[in-house]
Amino acid sequence: MDLLKRYIPVLFLLTVVVIIQLVTHFTETTYYLTQLTMSAYYSVVVIGLCVLMGYGGQISLGHAGFFAIGGYLAGALTTHNLLSLQEHGLVSLLDKVGLLVDSTGLYGDTLLTVQPWAACIVAVLTAGVIALAIGGPILKLKGHYLAMATLGFGIIIYRIALASAYFGEADGISQVPGFQLFPGVELSGSFGARVSNYYIAWGMVVVAVILLLNLIHSRVGRALRSIHGAEEAANAMGVNTARYKLYIFVLSAVFAAIAGVFVTHYNGGIGPSEAGVMKSVRYVAIVAVGGMANIWGALIMGIVLNFLSLRGVFGSYDDAVFGVILVIIMLFAPEGILKINPWQKIKSLVALYRTQDKEESAIEN
Amino acid sequence: MTPELFIQYLFAGITYGIIYAIVAIGFNIIYNTTGIINFAQGEFVMLGGMIAITMHSFMPIPLAIVVAVLITMVVGALIEMVFIRWLESPSVLRMIIITIGISILVREVALHIWGESVRALPYFIGNEVTSVSILGARISPQVLWVIGVCSFMVAGLSLFFKFTSLGREMRACAANRRAATLCGINAKNMVTLSFILSAGIGAVAGCVMSPITYSDYSMGPNLAIKGFTVAVIGGLGNSIAAVAAGLLLGIIEAFSVSVLPLAFQDAIATSLLLIILFIRPHGLFGSSDLASLKEF
Amino acid sequence: MALLEIQNLNRHFGGLHAVNSVSFTVEQGMIKAVIGPNGAGKTTLFNLIAGNLPANSGAIYFNETKINGSKPYQIARLGLSRTYQNIKLFHGMTALENVMLGRHIRSKAGFMAGMLNLPWTWPEERLIRDKGMEYLDLLGVADCADIEISNLSFGQQRGVEFARALATEPTLLLLDEPAAGLNIYETAEIGRLITKIRESGVTILLVEHDMSLVMDISDEIVVLSFGEKIAEDLPHNIQQNEEVIRVYLGDEG
Repeated sequence: MDLLKRYIPVLFLLTVVVIIQLVTHFTETTYYLTQLTMSAYYSVVVIGLCVLMGYGGQISLGHAGFFAIGGYLAGALTTHNLLSLQEHGLVSLLDKVGLLVDSTGLYGDTLLTVQPWAACIVAVLTAGVIALAIGGPILKLKGHYLAMATLGFGIIIYRIALASAYFGEADGISQVPGFQLFPGVELSGSFGARVSNYYIAWGMVVVAVILLLNLIHSRVGRALRSIHGAEEAANAMGVNTARYKLYIFVLSAVFAAIAGVFVTHYNGGIGPSEAGVMKSVRYVAIVAVGGMANIWGALIMGIVLNFLSLRGVFGSYDDAVFGVILVIIMLFAPEGILKINPWQKIKSLVALYRTQDKEESAIEN
Repeated sequence: MTPELFIQYLFAGITYGIIYAIVAIGFNIIYNTTGIINFAQGEFVMLGGMIAITMHSFMPIPLAIVVAVLITMVVGALIEMVFIRWLESPSVLRMIIITIGISILVREVALHIWGESVRALPYFIGNEVTSVSILGARISPQVLWVIGVCSFMVAGLSLFFKFTSLGREMRACAANRRAATLCGINAKNMVTLSFILSAGIGAVAGCVMSPITYSDYSMGPNLAIKGFTVAVIGGLGNSIAAVAAGLLLGIIEAFSVSVLPLAFQDAIATSLLLIILFIRPHGLFGSSDLASLKEF
Repeated sequence: MALLEIQNLNRHFGGLHAVNSVSFTVEQGMIKAVIGPNGAGKTTLFNLIAGNLPANSGAIYFNETKINGSKPYQIARLGLSRTYQNIKLFHGMTALENVMLGRHIRSKAGFMAGMLNLPWTWPEERLIRDKGMEYLDLLGVADCADIEISNLSFGQQRGVEFARALATEPTLLLLDEPAAGLNIYETAEIGRLITKIRESGVTILLVEHDMSLVMDISDEIVVLSFGEKIAEDLPHNIQQNEEVIRVYLGDEG
């Protein structure tokens, strides 16, 4: 059945994930799990962006902005102490409803902060609403105008993060508490929880992949591909292209925001660099390398490149590496690295030589 | 606001404004000939200043500037020849990503050559406290250098494009590349020339502004965004409007410090960019029909 | 009211009056052709009807609904589909997928249902696929089903585009030069196909240069010249119309 065929790679992915975890366990290299967890979250951003760029045909040079909206809001809400505002109407209401949490801070003081689930929902919803609001006008633009507008959006988010005291200015937000997803499962950076957090992250990746695969193979996915293939004709066939482009934009923004929330809780904090242009460029580079409409390509590249980067393999050349990758891939393999079929290229080169030979011998005779 | 303060702000605005205009004109020259937005435009300005500073340790300022501008022009030509020249009708998306990648590369190279330190060329006349009195306000002569040199470049460029045969050939290429080729104009060389020209004026701007604004490896992107904003406000490709738009942005930014915290000054340009893109992407002086007619 | 009513339609581009006070109607079940020399405004007319261009003045009524000013996708949803002279198939998709997209407005599964792969979407997808094959078969290009469209010949692409438009189950079908690039036999084939489509209840409005096809299958013909309608009549009368002859062949000395 077609359906099962579609999910086989997902099962494969799951198996690989489990195997890697077991391998690190037995080779005493569990420290790798941290980077693998982070890479997983970044890859969620990447595959969302991949669908936007590949199927929606829209470039976004500001996607780190959505990641930051998610992460910063979740971080700020779960760390800022509302104790002094306890008497305030809204705060006491939230408290009564159970959305606030008492805890003890670093210095033994009592804290009253927002419950992580509530913070998460607020953060992701905000990102979605913002995407909905700016998506309309932004997606009317084409080419460089679109690129610049998304770049501008990312920069504004970065500047807000950098300039606001509420968001910790240049230092960002730290001391972000763990996030208890369900009883017994907590999202946090503590060493003991490394394995469970690894699975939380990869669980999110698997869910994201399944949702996106489903989308691509659905009626909506076909409509998206048609927009990419010939937008005017798609309109003529009854597809509301503007709305679909908007929805996929919002969807990819939401993916990025959720990843941002989870990374913030995992790392215990977030800084303005997560909103920066270089991060956005990095995401675009990974999608470009993996192949714009190729989820698996984007995923693989996302894992590999992020893992290497996080392990410090690129050293001080980190940004440069992504720049080089971007340039080389765009110059030589704009369809993405995994679409290069060396066998195909050889065959067509051979065919080319054959016809040239024929022409030359025809001329000589 | 005292009249002196007003004049101060005004001159600050004009100074930065005309720099933004030069960057915008750099964008326009390349855009007109190729349809490409060269994201690395800001890097040309950076290179001009940084190279001049390094050269200045071996030679007097004027010579250092000349050498710096020449080297930057060569870099511009190299970028075009290595990355752009041989591409067959690339898509807009592809070009955007390539030029972003190029700007990152140039920046990283600069980082590894000069490190993160912030330097400056010495003031051309006197030092940071020298000033002349204009309409009651104390203005640094460097400001006059910036305004003077950049205005000279703008004037020179208009004369070049209007009256020299080379300039006319570039305009022909910009208007209709295929027709220009049919007339015997070597379009590929025109493209390289446009990069050389953009790099050159960027470098000059980078040199004259260095004493006032300081130079460091990461100054490019900020200038590029503002330059692009200015180019879009004036209408992509329209360099006269770019000057007006540049001055407008510069002055708005300068006067904004009296109402907004300094940290938000940079956000003004970005916000203006978004506003203009949402409301009138073809710019204040452009026309949408004209923009859609442009073919490359 | 007729199925399609064009009333005093006007469109100019700067100084060029591409469509000048054009009025005509298309009755349900009819095959109507729009002819005229190059530059007469036929393509502009089509673009106005399909919603790709806004009119400067005038009105277009489709099924008693005013459609000028509506977006193309809204007009498509009302039952008006079109083909293109220079074929606009979806790149990166197979022939079957192209035609399946034609079923878009006849199906429902949305974003959520799609992402969650809800079971009720499965029979709908199967139906879309089956219908898609049906239309490909009708046009004789069923074996192209799984081939990416840029690998198909022009004739095959033309067939797929036809199938796609038909898959929307339109009430009115706009055909933009359906016989362009076809030889005599293929043109006759297309003529038979168009008549067959009309028999299934679809009204047809076509722009065409091939006079044999036009005279053969049309019930009525509208003649445009320099943006103006100069004649609207039965094929037989159009052939005798002096103005039409003059416009096509020029004046005698």
